[in-house]
Amino acid sequence: MTAPYTRLDDVGMDEVHLTTPVADADIARLKLGDVVYLSGVLYTAREGVYKKVVDDDRGLPAGVRELTNVNFHCSPAAAIRPDGTYAVEAVTATASFRFGKSFPKWFERSGSRVIVGKAGLTETAYREWFVPAGAVYLTTVGYGLGATYGKAIRRVVDVHWLRELGIAQALWVLEVDRLGPFLVEGDREGRSLFALANREINARLAEVYRELPPPALSRFGEVVSREDEVVL
Amino acid sequence: MAKSIPAKLIEDTARELTSRAAIDIPHDFRAGVRRARDRERNRLARFVLDEMDRNWDIATEDRRPMCADTGLPRYYVRVGNEATIDGGFVALERALRQATADATATIPLRPNRVHPLTRIDHNNNVGTHAPEITYAFEPDRDFIDVTTVHKGGLFGSDYRMLFPADGIKGIKRFFVDCLVQFGKRGLACQPAIVGIGLGGAKDTCVRLGKEAACLRVVGSRNPDPEIAKLEQELTDLGNYIGIGAMGFAGTSMVVATHIEVAFSHTGGLPIGVHQFCLSSRRATARIHPDGRVEFRDDPAWFTDYYRREGVE
Ligand code: SF4
Repeated sequence: MTAPYTRLDDVGMDEVHLTTPVADADIARLKLGDVVYLSGVLYTAREGVYKKVVDDDRGLPAGVRELTNVNFHCSPAAAIRPDGTYAVEAVTATASFRFGKSFPKWFERSGSRVIVGKAGLTETAYREWFVPAGAVYLTTVGYGLGATYGKAIRRVVDVHWLRELGIAQALWVLEVDRLGPFLVEGDREGRSLFALANREINARLAEVYRELPPPALSRFGEVVSREDEVVL
Repeated sequence: MAKSIPAKLIEDTARELTSRAAIDIPHDFRAGVRRARDRERNRLARFVLDEMDRNWDIATEDRRPMCADTGLPRYYVRVGNEATIDGGFVALERALRQATADATATIPLRPNRVHPLTRIDHNNNVGTHAPEITYAFEPDRDFIDVTTVHKGGLFGSDYRMLFPADGIKGIKRFFVDCLVQFGKRGLACQPAIVGIGLGGAKDTCVRLGKEAACLRVVGSRNPDPEIAKLEQELTDLGNYIGIGAMGFAGTSMVVATHIEVAFSHTGGLPIGVHQFCLSSRRATARIHPDGRVEFRDDPAWFTDYYRREGVE
């Protein structure tokens, strides 16, 4: 285990190439901010798939778990060609925090160990849900690298639940070649790159807000107790 | 009287616009992002912006969408007062809806539009009130300008009823609030063009803020020098916060700030803030009655007539 980074500027941004299914030893070696490229097979799964697997107690479609342990939180810009084949031109991730509570069951049932998504989760979430499963989180970059990622897709291996869930929510199994770059956002110890960044941002905020007044009218949310009035 | 513009021509043009918007990043925005990258000292944030720049080349070379999140494709139509359309506005709206559905399948775009409750997806980005079509008019002209915007981002926009006493400082405070809350982790996919609608009714300022973000090119200034000054101040303030691309500590938060105003209730100062993300997708075409079609980057939506203050 390497010493944790304490400053964003120290992050090495080492380039790492992984093949799927990603081996446990490779997962353990990933450091925050490493620039990762993936080759092999992965599948997309977002709200619709999570609902089936976690809430409705369904397993992943047969064979998927054996193929790969990488889950991409995204839906492709895809279309079904008149001859029945699929055109997938671009992929971009969707925000991952919304899957939060599903993770323990998700890891257990899907066997996935590498989550690729957008914007990551909190360190608490990583420690509670990812670390016990031995999983890590890779964040997409941009986040609008749709064309870059789309170009790395070699073929659509399979698509499941297309009719029930629609193009955007279906489970797409994709073969990819050097899909990336992604950044290691949550490592095996449950540390987060965004948490590191946020600590630096927060240290400055008091200075940024020094000259700025509170608004004349608050709102529920800022006023945390419902008994409080919004008028100051 | 000028010849009518055929609905078919509008449909073909809108299909082409949808594809250009989805694939080709506007030059003014790209240049703005490059300037933000050159200023950026944080290595991670700079890496993000270099990758985005490469991504736009790949999109254009391969004719594939720059971002897989299609956002919400919509249209802004400026109609010359002397222009007529074959089949009228019903034909125009049908043409725009058809073009959206066709382009969704051919580019392809992600079918993003679903019913809010049943989540039913027609798989073509068309549905109730989708795509939205907004109209404006221009005196003494016989063309129509069609602009499509694919605005992404579930994060980055907010509305607030401020009061006259809040003044400029209150505006700045709300602006900073929006950037901080959506800038961390890069939820807004910044650096963005930030659009601010000030005044009007609630819906007016939200609409104007979005138009200011999506329909003015980087480098444009509000014609009112005081407002133009505030635009620059807010851009500087936004980049001073300490948040860069993807929420890494840095300076690349705002590419430009655009402010548009509307006369508001005497007791209120409503404000709508929008961030047009790293995939700032827009494309415009002018359709002339003789069948000529001119494509361009600048929607030129905010004309003097559109911003008029008096009766005329
Ligand atoms: S906010 Fe913009 S860049 Fe980010 S994922 Fe959505 S469309 Fe793409």
